[in-house]
Amino acid sequence: MTEPIGTASDTLLYLNGVTVSFDGFRALNGLSLVLDPGEMRAVIGPNGAGKTTMMDVITGKTRPDEGEVIYREHTDLTALDEADIAALGIGRKFQKPTVFEMHTVWDNLLLALAGDRSPAHTMFGRAPAHERTRIEEVLATTRLIEHRARRAGDLSHGQKQWLEIGMLLAQEPQLLLVDEPVAGMTDAETEATAELLRAINRTRSVVVVEHDMAFVRALGVKVTVLHEGSVLSEGSIDHVSSDPRVIEVYLGR
Amino acid sequence: MAPFVARGLLLLALLFPAAARAQADDPYAAFATHDYEAMRAAIETLSTSGDARAPAILAALQAGQLRVGADGTLYLRAADGSLREAVSGAAAAGVDAAALKEVRMNNAVRRALDGALGGLRLFAADPSTRAAAAEAVFKGRDRAALPALDRALARETDAWVKSVMAQARAALILAGGGASEADTLAAIAVLRARGDLEASSLLASVAGQPAAVMRAAHDALTAIQRQRQLWDIGESVFYGLSLGSVLLLAAAGLAITFGVMGVINMAHGEMVMLGAYTTFVVQEAMRAHAPGLIGASLFVAVPAAFLVAGAVGIVIERGLIRFLYGRPLETLLATWGLSLILQQVVRSIFGPSNREVSTPAWMSGAFPLGGLTITANRLTIIVFAALVFAVLMLALRRTPLGLRMRAVTQNRFMAAAMGIRTPWIDALTFGLGSGVAGIAGVALSQIDNVSPNLGQSYIIDSFMVVVFGGVGNLWGTALGALTLGIVNKFLEPVAGAVLGKIAVLVLLIVFIQRRPRGMFPLKGRAVEA
Amino acid sequence: MRAITAGDGVTLVAVAGGAVLLAVLNLATAPDAALHVPSFVLPLAGKYLCYAMLALAVDLVWGFAGILSLGHAAFFALGGYAMGMYLMREIGTRGVYGNATLPDFMVFLNWTRLPWYWHGFDMFWFACVMVALVPGVLALVFGYLAFRSRVSGVYLSIITQALTYALLLAFFRNDMGFGGNNGMTDFKDILGLPLHADATRAGLLILTASFLCAQLLLARALVRSRFGKVLIAVRDAESRVRFLGYRPESYKLVVWVISAVMAAIGGALYVPQVGIINPSEFSPANSIEAVIWVAVGGRGTLVGAILGAVLVNLGKTYFTGALPELWLYALGGLFVVVTLLLPNGVLGLLRRRGAGNGAVPTPLPVGEQPT
Repeated sequence: MTEPIGTASDTLLYLNGVTVSFDGFRALNGLSLVLDPGEMRAVIGPNGAGKTTMMDVITGKTRPDEGEVIYREHTDLTALDEADIAALGIGRKFQKPTVFEMHTVWDNLLLALAGDRSPAHTMFGRAPAHERTRIEEVLATTRLIEHRARRAGDLSHGQKQWLEIGMLLAQEPQLLLVDEPVAGMTDAETEATAELLRAINRTRSVVVVEHDMAFVRALGVKVTVLHEGSVLSEGSIDHVSSDPRVIEVYLGR
Repeated sequence: MAPFVARGLLLLALLFPAAARAQADDPYAAFATHDYEAMRAAIETLSTSGDARAPAILAALQAGQLRVGADGTLYLRAADGSLREAVSGAAAAGVDAAALKEVRMNNAVRRALDGALGGLRLFAADPSTRAAAAEAVFKGRDRAALPALDRALARETDAWVKSVMAQARAALILAGGGASEADTLAAIAVLRARGDLEASSLLASVAGQPAAVMRAAHDALTAIQRQRQLWDIGESVFYGLSLGSVLLLAAAGLAITFGVMGVINMAHGEMVMLGAYTTFVVQEAMRAHAPGLIGASLFVAVPAAFLVAGAVGIVIERGLIRFLYGRPLETLLATWGLSLILQQVVRSIFGPSNREVSTPAWMSGAFPLGGLTITANRLTIIVFAALVFAVLMLALRRTPLGLRMRAVTQNRFMAAAMGIRTPWIDALTFGLGSGVAGIAGVALSQIDNVSPNLGQSYIIDSFMVVVFGGVGNLWGTALGALTLGIVNKFLEPVAGAVLGKIAVLVLLIVFIQRRPRGMFPLKGRAVEA
Repeated sequence: MRAITAGDGVTLVAVAGGAVLLAVLNLATAPDAALHVPSFVLPLAGKYLCYAMLALAVDLVWGFAGILSLGHAAFFALGGYAMGMYLMREIGTRGVYGNATLPDFMVFLNWTRLPWYWHGFDMFWFACVMVALVPGVLALVFGYLAFRSRVSGVYLSIITQALTYALLLAFFRNDMGFGGNNGMTDFKDILGLPLHADATRAGLLILTASFLCAQLLLARALVRSRFGKVLIAVRDAESRVRFLGYRPESYKLVVWVISAVMAAIGGALYVPQVGIINPSEFSPANSIEAVIWVAVGGRGTLVGAILGAVLVNLGKTYFTGALPELWLYALGGLFVVVTLLLPNGVLGLLRRRGAGNGAVPTPLPVGEQPT
């Protein structure tokens, strides 16, 4: 199953002893986590367990006070900023759907497309044909073809979630961090999202943070339970849901 | 009681032998002659005699009010033109004033007279007069005063006056030269202890003395200079503290409206200005209706300014700012517009020129503290700023209103859910910040021109202070204000007032770029939102 | 996609056509003719167009990148000072003191040599380079420091204000060598052409109009490019842009410098037409006024900035002439009314709901920014 904590070989993402404090409050407390290439992992935990902070640390938004965050065996993510980390192929979807509301769906995807991010390039470069094809592909994947010319701000909540996932795909990341992708979705949308994530997982690694246990069960992947900034339990959904410590945290006291 | 009696006895002892001697040999007779040398000798005699009549007669001589009749009788001419016999003190009835001549002097006499008068005051009853006299001797450096000084020194009981007299004595010894090496060295030590500019110029003038003396003088001089530098630093710190207190006063209100509530109020400076104009109005009203209480006008102005500015603040919050919560840039623009309107309102009512706000007597003047000169108004402002800050802290930490304010700023929805009326708390918090700005206006009316533009000159500084200290942190604001004040005052002598100010601004810009959240940033998830 | 919007077209025609029309009506009609435009109108119109350039520059950074600069008039003034220095040198021996190299105020201060930074300003091309270079470099350094350390929002606004305030204090000093309190004035001619001649004034007006049109086209091209789309994305959701792999600070810096140079060109054209440049141009109030021009016209529309600058300044000219004590009420009221009731300015009123690319969203409540 899992490799023993302590080596970074053959792993995509390796967190070891990561600690983050805000004014004495430990949002992460010696968190360790190992993600294999191609794996999809669900991360669950009660409010304040450190799920979002973990994403912040991986994507460079928050610097840990202690601990290592290693990507692909030798890249130390703690030394890089958000843009560098995004360029390495780590994409992130926010808890609240965050798209560029004033731009059309097409432009949202255009901005997300992998490519040169320098001002000089965006000022003078023109969109080549292969970019257009790629945008069409993503539109198809995310079922947004007929919405391409609409302002993103005018989309429904679920469509925004999908657009954001589409932007993530356009970024061509190796690792997707997805924060509560089905919050506020209908059952049908939730099911379709699970399907979409599984499809994405065929070519990329995914970390999903979610509250919705039914959705996590539907994903059918290994689950990590966070509590008070560190890992409480890890394993299949059946394994963790029968773990007495997990039951205590979720139901107890 | 005991010292009083002792002093009375002392006076008696002084008077009796003097009276006896005056009968035996009348020095006053010399003033009827034109013999300047005799006059000089008489003055010296009188100056050490302790004769009770001498001070008045010598003072009259100096003021040109001593007259001599054809028979050699001396008369004192009072300010109203009436005459009295100088020696006997009897009223001079029937004397023709026109027939009297003024007693004239030459420079030698005049110099002796100056010294003598100084010497006489050395025996005055009031210790501060004695000290002032000793200080005059110190500055005059007239060797002739030495005998009087020695006698005064021997008799002096007040330790402070005694030390001033010792310094004066040391100055005379050093200035006159010719004293023994031991005396000179002792004098140098005394002057070294005094350590001011006068002392160092005296020490610097020591020349042609034995090597040991020269070395001691040189050492003393360096020591004094080092000490002067320390005092200079102390002075810069004091000035910096007073400037910092002004900044703190101006920024304290902003620390609440901007720091705690997150509202960018560009009309904050105008709240300060309203406070200053309230002071003006209060003073005018008191001058008209209660002129006797004018000295206490500031005590009335402080609560008045708080209420006026606070009320205006509440109106602004209810009428404008509440519509713009969550839109800081729009708030900034709207309140800027408001500041223009408020300035114009004040200009329309009070006119565009500066208004005169008087400073009460207890706020003017200065007193020395070691090598520092502490001006009363600066000191008052420092104390006042500290008081305002302390009260503000208490209001936020210890009152129910403060508790609610903090609750609302930390978690508006939770506070509302617990039954706190958040809109009211918003209005009151804003009113509190504005009211504090008004109080700052009272203080600023004492040191700055009260004009419609008063507030504008403080708004940038105030924002800088709050940002520098760390937004949302009142202690940071206080420390930021004092730091900026002191840095400013230290830069001023190096770079000049304007360049110093520019340098501070540039430093601040750089600082904010280094630490965008100020010296004492608030941390945590709340900040990120 | 069309290169320009209909509003752009109207504006270009109005600006260029209006300038030419005024010039013709001034030069080609007799002074007593009904259609004659008096000579004082030409520099006045030129002044409005220079302000419009400042407004355009403010809109570019505020409307599209979300950077509210409260110090843009500093760039405008620096451009003006660079041009003023050329015009001062151009006076030559016709000054009060008749000194061929030293401007009057230096003679007055008993200076004997021209300061080093005044050298070269006798050449027009050099002054033109400096008009762009000095504000550009200042913007580059300031922007690099500010954006790199992620100073944004109100904090950035406040330090831009501090920047112009510091420059104001500096330029008030006589020993800075820029004429101190009085600044520079009494200019005689530009490139040998007398500044008070109607033909020169007309030429300057048309030149100003041309520059304004060019700036509008440039700004439009910029915001329509993918670069501009990134800028708008930065304005609306900066951290999202960052997680997409862009560096918002580079984008802000580029547009910041471009905007500063645009404002500086406005300042350079302003000085020969108005005939004076002094430190009050640096006063923070000027910069904030420029922001309200943009807000009045409509933030994030470019055209609105030009419209707002011209409208507000027409109002100012009227009020300060007719009802001077009411001007501050009017201006102050404008700030309040526009921010409260007209978030999209006059243009927003005109076209209630355009689907245009650059239109600014109705502001969202707090917490809209992703965390």
